[in-house]
Amino acid sequence: MKYFRSMSILAVSALTFALLVAADLPDGVKVGDAAPDFNVKNIDGQRVGLATFKDAKGIILVFTCNHCPYSKKYEDRIIDLHKQFQPKGWPVLAINPNDSTVVPEDSFSEMQILAKEHEYKFPYALDETQDVAKKYGARRTPHVFLLKNTKGGFVVSYIGAIDDNVQDPSQVEQRFVATALDQMINDQPVTTQTTKAIGCTIKWRPE
Amino acid sequence: MLPLLLTFVLSTSIPSVYLEQLEQRFQNGGDTVYVVNFWATWCKPCVAELPAFDKVSREFRGQHVKFILVNIEGEDSREKKIEPFVRKMGLDPDVVILLDQKPHIWIDKVDPSWSGAIPATLFVQHSTNTRTFQEREMSYTKLKEIVTSMIQSNK
Repeated sequence: MKYFRSMSILAVSALTFALLVAADLPDGVKVGDAAPDFNVKNIDGQRVGLATFKDAKGIILVFTCNHCPYSKKYEDRIIDLHKQFQPKGWPVLAINPNDSTVVPEDSFSEMQILAKEHEYKFPYALDETQDVAKKYGARRTPHVFLLKNTKGGFVVSYIGAIDDNVQDPSQVEQRFVATALDQMINDQPVTTQTTKAIGCTIKWRPE
Repeated sequence: MLPLLLTFVLSTSIPSVYLEQLEQRFQNGGDTVYVVNFWATWCKPCVAELPAFDKVSREFRGQHVKFILVNIEGEDSREKKIEPFVRKMGLDPDVVILLDQKPHIWIDKVDPSWSGAIPATLFVQHSTNTRTFQEREMSYTKLKEIVTSMIQSNK
């Protein structure tokens, strides 16, 4: 009996430990928060931060990467978002948050190759310290944050998915990001401010 | 002969379920611990942890623990991807294909803390009102620890 009790205490503390580990990731930003600044290295070697976009109406910040199948499925739609909304003052900024020691396919040099092959017209930067993903609370790839440029600085105005159908672009019913952008461009409130989608976990550097 | 053959064919195919049906199963499960893993064949870390689920599932046979591997790729991927993969793996846990279509709706129903990243695993026990969600990869040791503690806390 005593044996069982100590076993169960051990097991419960193991469970508590597991929960603590899972809760380790920071919550990040919420809609309405000031957008945290960052300093990341673009594939052209230039540093990119909020100030890079000071003349834009806003930024379509997409945490994405090379290897994730869902990022691949959304790649063309990310390129299209830039094509459609950059002329309206909302360019895409793609940031890869993954640690390339975990996924070699997500290394800086592999990012350069992919962006060149697929003719990215927007910056594709590496979050070397993974601090940007942590500050924003990015949890998966792809994960979109719309940052609206206001008099008081950049403000988080949407967090979530690009649309509601990853598998088949022709079956999309709700284009969440495009709708939010259209609403902001027309000075209307954003009706759907957060959404969720299936994606790949961010590959955190092993401690 | 034909009905028999048909039954056989049907019984070997992977069932499709709605989340609601799974919830119903948890509700009716009493003190059974349900370990519900969300996965896809394209997801490397998901595939990497499946042997751990298989092993723990075998070790807890005969106990009130049920492992369910919920594939989230949809019916369209059944024949070409999911079924060949599952046949090859020969998994002990039940495999089901999720029928719910809109992730932005059903992800929150599984757990409000889930961002939607996979792999992710839900632990449910109706009798103790326990519901734990883990948006992370599971090792054999961790999985066994959690399952063991849930069974113990019930005694």
